[in-house]
Amino acid sequence: MIPSEETDIRLLLVDDEEAFVNVLTKRLAKRRVTVTPAYNGTEALQRLRRGDFDVAVLDLKMEGMDGIEVLKILEKMAPELPVIMLTGHGCQISAREALAHGAFDYLSKPYDFEALLQKIREAHQSIRRSP
Amino acid sequence: MSSQDIDRNEYYRSLKRNIFLIVILVSYIPLIVVSSGILYQMHAIHQEKTRIHLETLVKKHKWNIDHFLRERQDNISFIADSYRFDELADSARLAELFRKLQTTYGHVFSDIGVVRADGTQVSYVGPYLLESAQYNDAEWFQEAFQADTYTSDVFLGLRGFPHFIVTARKYKDGQPWILRATVDFLAFNDVVENIQLGQTGFAHIINRAGALQTRTAGRPVSTESAYLALFQKANQFSPDQIQSGTRQAADGTDLIYVAGLLKENQWALVFQQDLKDAYRDLNRTRNIAILVFGLGGIAIFTMAVVLSKGMITRIAAADREKEIMNQQIIESGHLVSLGELAAGIAHEINNPVAIMVEEAGWIEDLLEEETFHESENLTEFKRALTQIRKQGIRARDITHKLLSFARRSDSIIDRVDVNDLIREVVSLSAQQARYNNVEFESRLDEDLPAIQVSQTELQQVLFNLINNAIDAMDKRGGVIHVASWSNGDQVLFHVKDNGPGIPEANLHRIFEPFFTTKPVGKGTGLGLSICYGIIKKMGGEIKVESRVGEGTVFEINIPIDVRGATGAEPPAPVAKHAP
Repeated sequence: MIPSEETDIRLLLVDDEEAFVNVLTKRLAKRRVTVTPAYNGTEALQRLRRGDFDVAVLDLKMEGMDGIEVLKILEKMAPELPVIMLTGHGCQISAREALAHGAFDYLSKPYDFEALLQKIREAHQSIRRSP
Repeated sequence: MSSQDIDRNEYYRSLKRNIFLIVILVSYIPLIVVSSGILYQMHAIHQEKTRIHLETLVKKHKWNIDHFLRERQDNISFIADSYRFDELADSARLAELFRKLQTTYGHVFSDIGVVRADGTQVSYVGPYLLESAQYNDAEWFQEAFQADTYTSDVFLGLRGFPHFIVTARKYKDGQPWILRATVDFLAFNDVVENIQLGQTGFAHIINRAGALQTRTAGRPVSTESAYLALFQKANQFSPDQIQSGTRQAADGTDLIYVAGLLKENQWALVFQQDLKDAYRDLNRTRNIAILVFGLGGIAIFTMAVVLSKGMITRIAAADREKEIMNQQIIESGHLVSLGELAAGIAHEINNPVAIMVEEAGWIEDLLEEETFHESENLTEFKRALTQIRKQGIRARDITHKLLSFARRSDSIIDRVDVNDLIREVVSLSAQQARYNNVEFESRLDEDLPAIQVSQTELQQVLFNLINNAIDAMDKRGGVIHVASWSNGDQVLFHVKDNGPGIPEANLHRIFEPFFTTKPVGKGTGLGLSICYGIIKKMGGEIKVESRVGEGTVFEINIPIDVRGATGAEPPAPVAKHAP
């Protein structure tokens, strides 16, 4: 059995690559991360209104509303929610912009799964530690 | 030689020919026109001058001769008027007068005599025995008795020697008599022969019958009759008028003649000269002019040859440079478009690769489930999945390098000491170099100025070049020489190896993305593309020289002040992000 943390982490996963979202949801679920998938920016905001999340993972480049735009809204809607940005093209300039808008961290696709898991946990820990 | 080279050589040959012809035409036409004009004018002026000069000369001599004849006539008329017939019929008296004449005028008269109307010479003084000579039948005798004064043509007469006479008619008791004197032929000739010009110019006198009245000193006067026309035109001209023209002698020689009528249009004084002789000065001047123009022509010809050759050499050199520049533009354009394409591909690939890696991870997760523990191929499954993940990561590395090539990666501009960077990269590569039996040699300029570039990017360039050099040497070993220097405006460094070198066919492709000669899996073919992109972004240049069997040298120059070159963001890639 894959080792896991004591409590489940509620994760909002936003990416327009459906296959990616599906496999990542399954893998994270095995590690006690409950994933709520959203396939575009609008859907992500709807999900956020309906439920509470500990961490969000947000793809940078999406059709329609892109990751930076969603992030800017999240910054206002849920300033305490840590957001990990995923980028499909290793462009550090966009990643930096994301950090400037309050993103917790960023990873370039394809990333190492363990590294992502580690970042999700760190993000979760950060809200637990914060008052 | 390719057909293109042959065409080009033909083109240059034709261009050279055209330039040569244009230079020749442009130079020769004005030269010929101007020199012909000058020669023509010179010829006309000189001819006119010669004609005027000769006319003046002939006019003067005509006057002299006319004067001479008139004076002789006056001498005789004066004596005839002054003395009676009886006095003059006395030979002693006549001899005295003759002596006086000779004393006063020299030996102009050779004899003198008095002739009665019956033709008998009653008195005579002179060198011949002509006393009592009978002139009844003489041609002149008839004419002399018909006029108060008379000057004969030249004739041989009784003495058998050419001479002419002047007479004055008087009357005694109603009977006419004449005083006649013979003019010394040599003295008269002297007067005429005074006109001598050049080698062939001389004067002579002819009468209306065309008979010579003077000597010609052995010079041919081929067709005296040629001048008879002068007498026919006599009534059209005033007595002082001079006629001139050219004619051809019997032997074909061209002559210029100038003539004036004498002795009341009975004689003509004719001066004639060979044209060649008359225009000797002109011809000499013309020959000098032709020589000068000829030399000028040769100079122009030589200049046309040298100029056309020189121009073609320059044009060919300019064409070659243009071709090289065009090639470079095409190559850099090629690299830019390949870079943009590569960046687009990188974006598109990262998402599917991420999914693949995740799916492999998911299978690994599932394999952890107990139900699969007993599967005999479990190890093999795990190995395959590890490989999928590893290759996924490799694909990501490739795409990241592609993005670096497309200048999409972030970079921080800093003051960079190239020497420090070289030392750092050399020390980092030392382990691999030792493994490949490669030694480093360096010659670094310690006064090298710092440059404003991204340290990580320049580091990447050095890494790529040094790693390529190490790889090129394989395990046979060799020496990598790294040097840095500055020319004031730029910092330069080179990485030189003594490896196998790059074949010429590959040399112009080495900066293209994905171009590699390394075995599959060992090189991505992106290293040098990235170096190219980075150095271009820094406003510098990367050059390569290589000889098969001798080695390769990469030389890089970066401007010392590159803030302008790196300040601008590179343009966004054209490729669209995948959904």
